Amino acid sequence: MNTLEEAKKAVIEDFSMYDEWLDKYEYLIELGRSLEPFPEEKKTEDRLIKGCQSRVWLEGEVSDGFLRFTADSDAIITKGIISLLISVYSGRTPSEIAADDFSFIEEIGLKENLSPTRANGLASMVETIKRIARENV
Amino acid sequence: MNENTIRSEFPILSRTVYGKALVYLDSAATTQRPRSVVEMFSRLSLENNANIHRSVHRLATEATEEFESARDRVRVFINAPSREEVIFTSGTTGAINLVASSFCERYLKEGDEVLVSEAEHHSNIVPWQLACGRKKAVVKPLRITEFGDLDIDDLKKSISQKTKVVAINLISNILGIKNPVTEIVRICHEKGVPVLIDAAQAPLHEKIDVQQIDCDFLAFSGHKVFSVPGVGVLYGKRKWLDEMPPFLGGGEMIETVRFSGTTFAPLPEKFEAGTQNITGIPTLIPALELAERLRDDRETEERMEAIRDYMMERLLGDERVILYGVPRRTEDKIPLFSFSVKGAHHEDLALILDKMGIAVRSGQMCAEPLMDRLGVSGMVRASFAPYNTLSEAEYFISSLDKAIKMLI
Repeated sequence: MNTLEEAKKAVIEDFSMYDEWLDKYEYLIELGRSLEPFPEEKKTEDRLIKGCQSRVWLEGEVSDGFLRFTADSDAIITKGIISLLISVYSGRTPSEIAADDFSFIEEIGLKENLSPTRANGLASMVETIKRIARENV
Repeated sequence: MNENTIRSEFPILSRTVYGKALVYLDSAATTQRPRSVVEMFSRLSLENNANIHRSVHRLATEATEEFESARDRVRVFINAPSREEVIFTSGTTGAINLVASSFCERYLKEGDEVLVSEAEHHSNIVPWQLACGRKKAVVKPLRITEFGDLDIDDLKKSISQKTKVVAINLISNILGIKNPVTEIVRICHEKGVPVLIDAAQAPLHEKIDVQQIDCDFLAFSGHKVFSVPGVGVLYGKRKWLDEMPPFLGGGEMIETVRFSGTTFAPLPEKFEAGTQNITGIPTLIPALELAERLRDDRETEERMEAIRDYMMERLLGDERVILYGVPRRTEDKIPLFSFSVKGAHHEDLALILDKMGIAVRSGQMCAEPLMDRLGVSGMVRASFAPYNTLSEAEYFISSLDKAIKMLI
């Protein structure tokens, strides 16, 4: 498996391939569609991320010392965003995630091109990933 | 009036977003501002700023004249019998809170009922809930028909001895359907029940005549009719306003203040506590003047009808789209279209449309009870104003098609 830095670099490169925001959305939609299915019974209130207008469920589970995330959303672009975060952070150790500054999100310019509610949603997703990591360190 | 002539009055309409021409279809949330309004705001700020009514100096006199001229202008705009029945507020929400609080304080007792339609904006539900909560009274919903207007039979059945007031929109902010308010008021008055009309969505699209409607109260906001935020109007019949206690205390609303007891100013100042929006309120003068000019303009009316008919035809003809607010008569619909798309989230649609330069609203649009009734978590709303064009409607429809294809 690639390192955290390599994974971030790959996402930044993927994003920079598209000049138009609509193409970036196409890419996010594809990522959203490719996300592995999230069981319906896991879509519970405690897994719901607060602060998103669309609904996002996220779960982190530790096995063999690595944190693995699964997630779902009822909106496909949001699902693409959480999928992107999972592709970078899932399968890392909790301490590695907890120590990360998540600044690559600023680099891809995603946050400022979302509506304020979605930007808050993205911030909430990041906070939830950090919190789960800290709780498992 | 030619559409380019109108658009040239609104500089913002020629800007771009993400390198694309802005297509502003969110006028039901707030309208864009014409030069005349901005120039007045600017002139009052730079040349005429003074607090009104009290000081004797020249600037204060001029500012008071501008402010009170706005009251005369509003009186004409809604055909109120007298200028004292025109109260300035911070907006529609502020106006409804005033009535809910003061009227309910004076007239409601435990077990009484306030009736509101299930298609109301939260601003015409929550103030009544707050006021009723204090009096142990209840707010009850009135049903709407499948066509989006108030169910008159349900209204007749729901009014009882306990009903103290009925609050209803003139045009729903979700469905864009005109309610038969004159008939509703007549029915309520036969049972001795006063009526408040939430006219927030009306001034751009409908002539408002409070004497013809015969409503007891009517509220609208300046910023939804070319003026600025923080400006609102409450019309109330004198017989109620005279008897209702003041809403807020302080400033202009007093006659004499003693610790042994304070007496209140006559209308309208009784309900205008504190420093009013002295810069914003006079902008109602150019704003309402333009709204009237556009409403009475044949070419603009025909363009709005063409947009409405085109949008209705295309949205109803698209199997992927569910349009909410399909009237029994086309003329009951204003050019405001809320819809959902099967298999696509409203936020995804709005986000993609945004990147195509189109500003629409998405979500629950401050009407959760209506969303529940219709069984949806949210919608997309495209709302048009007289500065929009048929070619913008066409661009919207083709962009929506592209957005849907990306999503499903």
